[in-house]
Amino acid sequence: MSTARKMKGCQEHTGYAYSVAMSVKHGLLALLERGPMYGYQLRVAFEESTGGTWPLNIGQVYTTLSRLERDGLVRPLPENDSGQRPYEITDSGRADLAVWFATPVSRTDRPRDELTIKLALALTTPGVDVRAVVQTQRGATMRTLQEYTRLKARSDGASDMSWRLVLDSMLFQAEAEVRWLDHCEASLVRYAVPAAGAPQVAPEAASDEVSRR
Amino acid sequence: MTILELHSVHRMHGSGETAVHALRGVTLSVDAGELVAVMGPSGSGKSTLLNLAGGLDSPTEGEVVIDGTVLGKCSRRGLAALRRRRVGYVFQDLNLLASLTAAENVALPLELDGVGVRKARQAAMVALSEVDLEGFGPRFPDEMSGGQQQRVAIARALIGQRRLVLADEPTGALDSQTGEAVLRLLRSKVDAGAAGVLVTHEARHAAWADRVVFLRDGVIVDTSGPLDQPDELLTAPGSVQ
Repeated sequence: MSTARKMKGCQEHTGYAYSVAMSVKHGLLALLERGPMYGYQLRVAFEESTGGTWPLNIGQVYTTLSRLERDGLVRPLPENDSGQRPYEITDSGRADLAVWFATPVSRTDRPRDELTIKLALALTTPGVDVRAVVQTQRGATMRTLQEYTRLKARSDGASDMSWRLVLDSMLFQAEAEVRWLDHCEASLVRYAVPAAGAPQVAPEAASDEVSRR
Repeated sequence: MTILELHSVHRMHGSGETAVHALRGVTLSVDAGELVAVMGPSGSGKSTLLNLAGGLDSPTEGEVVIDGTVLGKCSRRGLAALRRRRVGYVFQDLNLLASLTAAENVALPLELDGVGVRKARQAAMVALSEVDLEGFGPRFPDEMSGGQQQRVAIARALIGQRRLVLADEPTGALDSQTGEAVLRLLRSKVDAGAAGVLVTHEARHAAWADRVVFLRDGVIVDTSGPLDQPDELLTAPGSVQ
């Protein structure tokens, strides 16, 4: 299959949106497992748990709560004196949450990686210096890694543990990207551009990456 | 204030057809309070750069300057004294002398430099407490964990007037948590005014530096410094999925 056709397949994939919706749903269920909360409290607790890296608007919270209620996973409680309506998790919600925690996240549900697509296309697009693309990206990712490390250096308290786990996840992902870019650069050093008219062959790294996705 | 300068440094090993050009015109400076990481694949010249920066090797061309002193103009004796007084080294292993206690290891550079034993040991005790190893002075290296040994090595690297620390894969044999603790310590020592060069092949470790230079085939192909506003990363559109 040509690179362009593989890309077309990537664009049609909607797994990412599904994955994000699922994560918010189970995020709210996990928070309600601590005890009943109303919408605004859920929003604040969600953002605290993820160190503010995943902002939620209040509309998303209420939309998700409605769906959870429809599916019998949460139930509304009477309004409090301030007119806020707390929700509590149901037994079905607890069972659903337990399954979520017990099930690994599939790589195929994650977002398509624009960078992979960009490198694969850079290689086959006339006039594009693919090594420059690799170096520019590596510099940017390295800077990101440096900044995540600064943030990590600042967060020492035991109360920051959830935030540090989120930060570590971002650190390891950025590190993996730098390692992959190093690998691409080394592969490109050995790569000979095919003669005009000959079938294009992507370098080992880029083609492997695309075919896995 | 600039502590380390490399000006158009070349290093050639061997000659003729078998010559290996380990470094080709590398220019780099490191200020007090700055940590610079050097990354690159095996054979890219990282260790050669570190050896030249520490005066353990001499460039074929170009100049290395430490604290204003041009190494190429020093006598052998002068160079040895400068290494002893100005430069500290932290390596992946073979850091400490097994027959000496932690305090004796840390005090060694001062004693070699003519400082009295009593005064040197006192300074060593202070240096050990600064790396959270108070009370570990009488222990021998084999009575300490790998992470503790690296802490001793960092204490020794920066004892006395030395303000340049050169670290070659200092976290190599350590697990990720212990390795991170060593890097935090190195970072805090640099923040307190030292200059540091860290050679590593792990981007996550290099990220503790202010600047990261990428070496390939003896040439610096890329340099990255940090952004000014780290918090923006967390709020930028699409920053975290």
